[in-house]
Formats: sequence, C-alpha cells, structure tokens
Amino acid sequence: MSYFTSHFSTFGHEFWGLLVGGVANGVVYAMVAIGYTMVYGVLRLINFAHSEIFTSGAFASFFLMKALVGGSTPTATESVIYVILGVLVGGLAGALAALALERVAYRPLRRRNAPKLAYLISAIGASYFLFNFYGKEFGRINLSMDAPFTNNTVFTIFGAPVQMYYIVIVIVGVIMLVSLDRFVAKSKLGRGIRAVAQDAETASLMGVNIDRTISLTFVLGGFLGGVAGFLFAIPIGVVYTMGFTPALKAFSAAVLGGIGNLRGAVIGGLLLGIVESFSVAFFDGVYIDVVAFAVLVLVLMVRPTGILGERLGRSA
Amino acid sequence: MVDNLFDVQNVTLRFGGVVSLNDVTLSQKRGEILAIIGPNGAGKTSLFNSLTGVYTPQQGSITFTDAKGKRYSVIGKKPYRVSAAGVARTFQASRMFSAMTTFENVKIGAESHRGLGAVGAMLKGPATRRDEVRSDAATRDLLEFVGLTSQSNVIAASLNYGARRRLEIARALATRPQVLLLDEPAAGTNPAEKNDLTELIRRVRDEMNVSILLIEHDMKLVMALAERLYVLNFGSVIAQGTPEEIRANPAVIEAYLGASDTGIAEESK
Amino acid sequence: MLRVFQHHMVKRVAGAILIGLLVLVMTGPQGNGSEPTSGFTGSFSEHMSFFGFFTPPRWITFALLALVLSLLVMFAKYSHRAWRRAQESGAAAARAVASAAARVKYVRSRRSGRYSGYALLVLLGIFLPRIITSQSWQTNIVQLVAVYILLAIGLNVVTGFAGLLDLGFVAFYAIGAYTTAWVTGALPTSPPFGIHFNTFFAIPFAIILAMAFGVVLGIPTLRLRGDYLAIVTLGFGEIIFIFANNLYGITGGSTGTNQIPYLSVHLGPLKYLWGLTPQPYYYLTLAFIVLFLMIFSSLEHSRVGRAWVAIREDEVAAESLGIYPLKYKVMAFAIGAASAGFAGVITASQTLFVTPPTFSLSFSINILVLVIFGGMGSIAGVVVGGLVIQGFVVYMIQSPPAWYNPADLYMYLGALLIVMMIFRPAGLLPSRRRLREVTQVESGVARDQMLTHIGPHNRVEEEL
Repeated sequence: MSYFTSHFSTFGHEFWGLLVGGVANGVVYAMVAIGYTMVYGVLRLINFAHSEIFTSGAFASFFLMKALVGGSTPTATESVIYVILGVLVGGLAGALAALALERVAYRPLRRRNAPKLAYLISAIGASYFLFNFYGKEFGRINLSMDAPFTNNTVFTIFGAPVQMYYIVIVIVGVIMLVSLDRFVAKSKLGRGIRAVAQDAETASLMGVNIDRTISLTFVLGGFLGGVAGFLFAIPIGVVYTMGFTPALKAFSAAVLGGIGNLRGAVIGGLLLGIVESFSVAFFDGVYIDVVAFAVLVLVLMVRPTGILGERLGRSA
Repeated sequence: MVDNLFDVQNVTLRFGGVVSLNDVTLSQKRGEILAIIGPNGAGKTSLFNSLTGVYTPQQGSITFTDAKGKRYSVIGKKPYRVSAAGVARTFQASRMFSAMTTFENVKIGAESHRGLGAVGAMLKGPATRRDEVRSDAATRDLLEFVGLTSQSNVIAASLNYGARRRLEIARALATRPQVLLLDEPAAGTNPAEKNDLTELIRRVRDEMNVSILLIEHDMKLVMALAERLYVLNFGSVIAQGTPEEIRANPAVIEAYLGASDTGIAEESK
Repeated sequence: MLRVFQHHMVKRVAGAILIGLLVLVMTGPQGNGSEPTSGFTGSFSEHMSFFGFFTPPRWITFALLALVLSLLVMFAKYSHRAWRRAQESGAAAARAVASAAARVKYVRSRRSGRYSGYALLVLLGIFLPRIITSQSWQTNIVQLVAVYILLAIGLNVVTGFAGLLDLGFVAFYAIGAYTTAWVTGALPTSPPFGIHFNTFFAIPFAIILAMAFGVVLGIPTLRLRGDYLAIVTLGFGEIIFIFANNLYGITGGSTGTNQIPYLSVHLGPLKYLWGLTPQPYYYLTLAFIVLFLMIFSSLEHSRVGRAWVAIREDEVAAESLGIYPLKYKVMAFAIGAASAGFAGVITASQTLFVTPPTFSLSFSINILVLVIFGGMGSIAGVVVGGLVIQGFVVYMIQSPPAWYNPADLYMYLGALLIVMMIFRPAGLLPSRRRLREVTQVESGVARDQMLTHIGPHNRVEEEL
C-alpha cells in the first residue's frame, strides 16, 4: 500500500522531469531503431552488429570533440558548429562502419544465398570483433567526453528544468528523423529502398540495383545510428561496450512500433524511452534495463507485429 | 446421413482486399476420388490450405469426419492437428526434406503422430526401439507400394520429378490418413510417369482405402481418375458433376475461354 | 584509371594487403583513449622477432611473413597440380595414396569407423592428465576445455540440431551455478526445505530449474521468427546478470558466494571428496561428456532428431505431416537449457564460488564459437572444435606469446565467426546432413523459406 502511494507521489512530483528525460532517451532509441527497421525491411534480418555502428559514431565524435573542445568552454557560436560537426562525423563514422559491415559480413553470404542462421552468426561475429577491437585500440575504460556546449537549464516546464542537452537531442533527432522520412518517401533512391522492401525480385526486374540499394539502406541506418551514438555519449562518455544496452533497447523499440516500419520505430522509441524513464519512479534504478526487455517479451507475446504492424514498403 | 468426409459450407477467405475463396460450398464422400479443377489463380491451393489448417478462412465452416464418425471442425485448427485427425497432403512444388534420404523422408511421416519421447530417445529404451522397428517396417512397405524400394537410401534431392511425386505420396500416406490431398501431382512429370501416377493414385484408394482429393491441370489424368469434379473460378464454385457432365457444361468452357475444342486439356500446358 | 581496380588480380592483392594490415593491427600493442592512434602506430613501429632470426619493426616482420605465406600457397598450388598430373598419368604411388585417402573417408563414414574415432578421443581424454602433468594446466583444462565442451555439446542440440540461435545460453549456466549455491546453503537465502543438501543433489534441482526457465522463455518466443529468439535470449542473459548482481538478499549481489562445498559422496563406508587437485574433477567431467555424447547422439538419430531436421528444412511440410514445430523447438531449447544448468553445477562445485561476472554474455558467444567452428549439428565436430579452440585458449593463458593479450580473445573469436560463415559455414567436421543442407540451399534446391528472403515476406503462398 504505502509502497505505491509513496511512489505515486514521487511520480507526481517528478512527472515532467521524467518525461523530458524519457523523450530525450526515446529520440536516441528511435534513431537507433530506424537502423534495425531499415535493414530488416530490405533483408528480413536483424542486424546484430548495429550496436557497434552506434559505438563507432560515439568514438569518432568523441575524438573530434577532444580535438575541438579540449577542455575549453565553447562560446555559443562554437557550440553550434561543434554540434553540427559532431553530428556529421558521428554519422559518417556510423555510415562507414555500416557499409564495411555489409561488405564483409553480409555480402559474401548474400552472394551464395546462405541460410538465415549464417547471417545472424556472421553479424554476431562482426559485433564482437568490432567492439573488442575498439577496446583494444582505445582502451577498456570509460572516457568522459568534452561537452560541445554548456549544459545550462534553458527553461522549465511545470517546474521541471529542461537542459541544453535535451534540447540539442530533440532538435537534432527531429531534423534527422524527418529528413530520413522525407528521403525515403520522396527521393528516387528512397523509392528504390521501398521497392526492394516490398518485392526484391520485381524491383530488380524493374531496374533497381539491389546491391546498391542494400548498401544505401545500411548507410542511412548507420548514419542515424552514428549520430545517436554521438548524442548518447555527450553526458556519459564512451566505452567499448557502450553499444550493447541501448541497441537492445532500440531493437525492443523497433519491435514495439512494428519492425520494418519507419514511423513505428519512432513511435516505439519514444514510447519506450518514456516508459523506461517513468519506471524509475517505481523501481530501483538498477532495474531500468529490465523494463525494455519486459516490454519486448510482452509485445512479442501479445502483438508480435507491433503497434503499427510490420511493413517497410508502406510505412513512409 | 450421407457419409461425408469433408463438408465445406460457405467458406470465404480473404487476404487484405483480395478474395481468394468466395462462399465455397462442397463436400466429399468417403472413398471418393474427387477432383478440383479451375484456371490458375482460381483458389484451388487456397482451398487446400484451408482444408489443412494452413489458412484460416474468415467465414464458413469446414468439417472433417473420420472413419469412427468423430467430427472435427478444421477452421482454426493448426495443420499438425488436422494431420493427426487423418488428413494428409502433398504440395504443388514438391517439398521433400531434400537433405535426407528417401527412407528417412517417409519414416518422418510414419512416426510423427507418436508422443514426445525425448527421454526414451536419449536412453534408447525398449519402447523406443520397438517404435523404430515398427516405423521401419511401415516405411519399407510404403516404399514398396510406391515403387521406390531401390532408391530408399538415395538423398531425396537427387530423385527425378516422378520419383519425388511418389515419395511425397508415400510420405503423406505414412501418417495413415483417411484422405489424401494431392496438389497437382502430375506437374512436371513425363507421359510415362503420368500413367504410373494415375495407376498409383487409384491403388492408393483401392488398396489402402484412402479417399483422394485432387487438384490437377492435366485433364487426361483428371478424367481418368475422378469420379466427381468441382470447378473453381475466381474463388467460386461454378460447376460440379461427373467428368461427362463437366465436359459438357457451358460455364466451364466459358471459364476456360481460349481453350481449343479439344477441350480443357489444353490448359495443362 | 579506376578500371585497374576492377581487375581480378589487383582486387585479390589489395584484399590480401588489407587483411594483412588488419591482422597487423589486431596483433599490435594495446592502445589507449588519450592517444587513440598509439595502438595503430605501435602496430607498425614496435619491434617483433621474425622466428628469432632478427627483430625488425613489426611491419617488416609482417611483410616477410606475408611473403613466406604467399610462397607457401604458391608451392601448395603447384604441388597440388603436379599431384593431379601424377594421378592422371597413373603413377602407382599417387594412386596408392589416393586410395588410402578414400579409405580413410570411407572408414569415417561408417558407423564402426565413427565409433573407433570416438574411442580414440576418449582414450586421449583418459590419458591426458598423464601427458600434461602441470597442475595449473590441468585446472585450466577442466575449467576452460572440459566444461566448455560439455556446454558446447548442449548448445549443439539447440543450434545444431534444431537450428535455433540461443545467445543467452549463459543464463541457464548461471541458473545451474546459483542453484548449486542455493541447494548447498551457500547463498544468503535459505536452501530448499531448510536443508543443506549434498552437492550432488544440486544436479536435479539445477536441471529442473534451468529447464523450467527455458520452457517459460521459449514458448512465447519460439512461436516467432528465429531471429527474435536470438535477441530475446540475449536480453534474458543480460537480465539474469542484472538480477544476480543486484538481489543482495538472494544471490549475494556482486560478490556472490564462495561457500559452495566440493562434490562428495558419503554413503556408509563409501566416502569420496572431489576437489583440491584438478584430476578428480577432470575425470568426472570427462565421464559426463561421454554420457552427453551418447545420449545426444541417440537423440540425433531418433524420431526427435529427424523431426528437428524436418522442421529446419521445411516447417510447413513438417507440420503437414503432424509434427508440431513449437513443441519440438521448445524441447530442444529446454534440453539445451538443462545441459547448461548441469554444467553450471559442475563449475560451481569445482571453483566453489559464483559471482555475476562469470556469467557475462561473452561466455555464450564463446560456446557458440565452439559449435560453429566444429560444425553445427556434428557432435564429433563440436568436441574437436572445443578441443582445438579451448586448447588454444589455455595454451595462450599458460604461455602467452608477446603479441597476444588475453583481453582480445573475443576480438579473435568474433573474427573467426565471420571467417567461418564466409568460407566454411558447415564447420570443421561438418555433419553430413548439415553439409547437404548448406550446399543445397546454396544451389537453390531447397525450399525458399530456408533462404533469407530478399523478397516479399508476406507473399501469399504459391497460388492465391
């Protein structure tokens, strides 16, 4: 009794604060979930190495910030430039990692029409190789990031402070997600992706270059994943194993929204971020990672196709 | 009461906006060789899939009555339960377990209705051994019956088309069904194999006492075997009757428009 | 100008150089975050001995190694061709060798041949402690080779026989180990019925508990596509870790417990205590490996094993024959879980402690590597794969060469997984069925649902 009443009163107090944190996390999950969903759309595969794409983006932008900021306090103009550069470099690193991954771990198997299990194993191998490689090259300890901006409170909602960090995440995230949505819906390349997702055979007969489309899918998903890595690392820094948990959550988010469905990934990401954030009011914080898993198993039991249903072709 | 094996009442099956079966009503008597014909896309395989539990029609009822008079409602049942009730099938594009031998393929059918038995299997208990002996014997008999004894240790993938068809029939029969659903058994076989197949299907009914429900494009085979036919077009039953009646039915000829006057046999090409 | 890169030979050489550079960096010195390039530059500039002849910078050593390797490959190709020619020209010796090779293949394919192979392995196992007498070697062999092989044989049922990817295998292993601690009264929470059981009693408890978890987790997940299982089990492994780490009152939290008693027998006059020296545990584990080999081998060749193959090959056809796929998948999953739980008992009672870090997810991947490397579905392959890889791991722990850092183990294992999938997906000693499946899928014989759908997944089957 008292457990719930007391927790509910905390919840009431912290509602807005938790909501802000949840939305910010949710945006990051959504950006990672997009990568899962897009690859799933064209290959019908869960890209197990997506966590390392996220890590790649985080490390690249970490070193960039180290070079640019290097312990100084950036001015407002500098902050804007640094964030933009961080997004670009993180995204490019993610895209590059994704492209390499597709080339090395997927394409040779695709060439000989390997069974599905082979792709999963190869991707797991790639994931383990990559993060341990980062661990070897950059050390196995947590490194804190030089923040590209001062994390002041910008304004408050109902008494809950909203810091610069949350605003940056939401702005960058919204720009990324909207442009991706538009790109897939409107551009010729985007149409190619949708065509392959719907029916690869017909698409290839219609002159869509399957290999290039698949690479492009990895690159787009990788870019968003890399940017997410950058945003995620700003407050907590980087460590070689950092990709695992957020990626597992992002995958849960993709399933929650309906895997293969772009907008589903966004909805799933936001929802998961918020649910997870609110759960802190009820459970001990150490169990926060359990929430995403519980959501995943529940969705799979109750509605395995997710909220919006699975389908990349129709989503955009 | 008529001793019906299958009673299909007003079955409608949709995929999104596409109506695959539209208010289909038909029945099969016990011991009958019944054929379902119709142009490509008429819904024949969808009907098979509905009869075996692969698809779940949105409307209507499908009742299967076994030899003891027990009635099963098929709709909503999973395929393995329909199989356990006594319905066996083959597939349009043959689906053997191609990495296994002919013998193993049939044996899987022969032993699939037994209980779990993992513990017995691990310890190789006497009951498991007895089971193995029994399934082996049943498998040998069936391979003999379909004439594949000499190829029993061959990998299924290396069999030719006619042999694959016979293997599929043997495998389905191994589950000891009361009715065998054959989805275009003659597809891809040569004329000699077709004759053998016709003979085999008739023997299945006469010697093993298994009713036959047949989808086939080859009219020669259908007319030689079937005692009664249903004609499907665009998901609806447009005609039924004996082979002679069907041949003379103007609606059927209409459905097969473009067929020459040698009749609907042209369709098989 | 760019056309030159399209050329076959150029591509090959460029690929080889890239791989060489990668290996150079992989085996190079440990870098760090404050000087992110130090690992890379050190890989080139540090000195490394070339077979003890001289010690140039690493990149020169590697270039020389590459040269030697390519000469060897060329020589192998040449001699293979010469060998072919000799065979064709009918040299008597060549024919004799060829027929001997065919004979070996034949013996291996026959049942008696297989059994004598197993017998040889068992004999080797029995005499191994006489050959390797060092205590630390023996301890490592028990903990890192024998127990890992035991686990790999269990995972092989799940991944090899039933074709399911279980990445949370370690969770069941942890359940087994914690159950051992619980049953023997080593945890903060009181043991079942308040009795401190003999360690042997942990075995049935562990098997039943692990199996129960397997069934509960398996039923909702195994209904769905195979890759969901992989990710759910991955999450489950992590969850078990979090709980073990945080439920202080039950599991002892991050410090776990070190109060587990050795396995022991007290039956009237019969008294025996395993422990102190590694040998008794070694033989006990060996006995269980042989037992597992026997029961899982009969399982493979039973009705159940055939049903798994049928489901792996064509689930729709299998179901049309009355096989309920979910039932058999859950069964495989539960058997795998039970054997991992069992292995957990062995480990816990030998090391006497359980702590959460023992059960990191990497552990599952390590076991998976053994199964993949040896050959999915091939019991002999899994044993040999386990011997080779874990033997190598132990060797690297006992006498590490300068270039090897034990922390990099998973980097190498990850790379190995990719290489295996690209070049030898059926493994070192493939099971014959698997090999057929792989080759048939790849030549397009088998049904398309075995393939990765690069195409419509919701296409209505066949005819609509």
